[in-house]
Amino acid sequence: MSAATADTLPQQRRKPVKVGKVASRGLFFLLVGVILLYILFPFYWAARTSFMPDSDIYLTPVQYWPNNFTFQHYINAFSETTFVRSILNSAIVGISATVIAILVGSSASYALARFNFLGRNVALYLILAMSMFPGISILGSLYTVLQRFHLYNTLYALIIVYLTFSLPLMVWIMQSFFRGMPRDLEEAAYVDGASQFQTFWRIMIPLAAPGLATVGILTVMGCWQEYLFALSFLLSSSKWTVPLAIANTGANQASAFQIPWGDQMAETLVVMLPLIAAVLILQRRIISGLTAGAVKG
Amino acid sequence: MASVAYQHVFKRYSAEAVAVKDLNLQILDTEFMVLVGPSGCGKSTALRMLAGLEEISDGEIKIGDRIVNEVPARERDIAMVFQSYALYPHMSVYDNMAFGLKMRRTPKNEIETKVSQASKILGLDNFLKRKPRQLSGGQRQRVALGRAIVRNPQVFLLDEPLSNLDAQLRVETRINLQKLHKDLNATFIYVTHDQVEAMTMGDRIAVMKDGILQQVASPREIYDDPANLYVAGFIGSPKMNFVPVTISGSTAKASGFSMQLPKAPGIEAGVLGIRPEDLTEVPHEGFPQIDMKVEVVEVLGADQFLYGKVGGDDMIARLDPQFKVSIGDRVRLNVNMRRIHLFDVNTERAIL
Repeated sequence: MSAATADTLPQQRRKPVKVGKVASRGLFFLLVGVILLYILFPFYWAARTSFMPDSDIYLTPVQYWPNNFTFQHYINAFSETTFVRSILNSAIVGISATVIAILVGSSASYALARFNFLGRNVALYLILAMSMFPGISILGSLYTVLQRFHLYNTLYALIIVYLTFSLPLMVWIMQSFFRGMPRDLEEAAYVDGASQFQTFWRIMIPLAAPGLATVGILTVMGCWQEYLFALSFLLSSSKWTVPLAIANTGANQASAFQIPWGDQMAETLVVMLPLIAAVLILQRRIISGLTAGAVKG
Repeated sequence: MASVAYQHVFKRYSAEAVAVKDLNLQILDTEFMVLVGPSGCGKSTALRMLAGLEEISDGEIKIGDRIVNEVPARERDIAMVFQSYALYPHMSVYDNMAFGLKMRRTPKNEIETKVSQASKILGLDNFLKRKPRQLSGGQRQRVALGRAIVRNPQVFLLDEPLSNLDAQLRVETRINLQKLHKDLNATFIYVTHDQVEAMTMGDRIAVMKDGILQQVASPREIYDDPANLYVAGFIGSPKMNFVPVTISGSTAKASGFSMQLPKAPGIEAGVLGIRPEDLTEVPHEGFPQIDMKVEVVEVLGADQFLYGKVGGDDMIARLDPQFKVSIGDRVRLNVNMRRIHLFDVNTERAIL
């Protein structure tokens, strides 16, 4: 068989290819190139800046590749305790909010997807309506609530506030995910002797893993980069999350009147790495269709 | 092992949508009962109520001596094979089969013994580590069976388990299922729309239509003595011939012939039912004769089917293939009077 294809392939190639086809392919790749450039340029620019000495950053003509390569900005970033501490804070907030959202959200969305109870649709639309509120419109009232419960300037405040936005997203995505799953599997589990909770935990959750991974990443990212609430509810620099720490880099130093681009870009790249790693680790889960082979051929 | 009883069971989705109407059915211990009927006849709903997957609107269902109306599915001690197989896709074949036992807190070594026994019976020993998606349709079907077998339940419920298999595999699996039933000596309740499956597998067959049980009897009895017009037409291929007749005394008159009935049925209009194989080219003492104009001839090796008209009525005859007929011929056929059926045209019930 391989011999046959080897014989026929070159013949096919020798056929004159139509000009229109070449042009449309060229156009396609041009478009892909433009989009890639548009998306990747800021990353490239941040990376470039982070490896240049401060004196070179403002030089003209612009250096697209650093002439004097340096790690100084990274050393600065990691020697700044506020920044290092902020990574820990962001991790605490992001992971707590995501874990709670997954635990509460997945069970809530399963109930909303599968069980009929009074007020189910009302609950669903209320949840949807909540996620429609722009954050800034409830900033004042959130502040009052957090003050009342003595949560102002604590990481708990951020976890709670982030949950009010991540949970509706979680519930909406996951309930449609659960709805799309074949009911036979749950019925088989019931007949096999599983309780509703066992069915949920041992059958539905493993099957929902791709969906949970997707929403989980979205939640972590949302928490990781959130600025407005962090700025409003955190006061002391020891509580700062990553975006606050980056924005305030160098604020207390002699160079207070100059934006330390190099340090900030280095920090930005550092905080991007865990997210990229998370996406790469989870993407196989996200892509693989786990329900394949459950029902039918 | 246990018997099952439906007592005046109803399933209502709304006032108009009634899926099962007043179902009364006794299924004996170790019996192979087949529920058969067209789609939407309520047979699956009846099975799912027994499984505990649908609520029972009215009436009682008993497994053994226990009324199970309020018993959740997981405590009914039944196993079910789904049409879609419903294998847990994230679990290996072994875990799929072991799941029910794990849920019942069976000791680990006992689970291993049972799963390995079941997988030997079903020829799955080499696939225990695979995931369902790595199996063929037939293998998946056997895993679904295995999941039921290891549980050693009181009753096996099978909801069209063969309908996703190709024709050849379906015949093989059908025979294997019958063997399995003999070996396990268990109560099987089997839902299908396929009359061949019903006839070949069932100890008894329950024919349903529009949520109403039409007849429960052995395959032979269903075939030889259908209770009504619907059962007569549903079971048998090709279908029983139905000829509208007017009756005076014991004489039945159709558009193309008239014949003496064995006794006066006491109705004026009826439908005469004659199975294609009860028409023969060989004259018999006391068999009335009819003339058929042949329109289509099908020779299938062992059988020959003639499609034609007797008077104004369509008729199918199943004859010896050696009997030479051509299209357009008029053939004189003899009706086996011992096997004819007569149905009341109004109630559709069998009278003869």
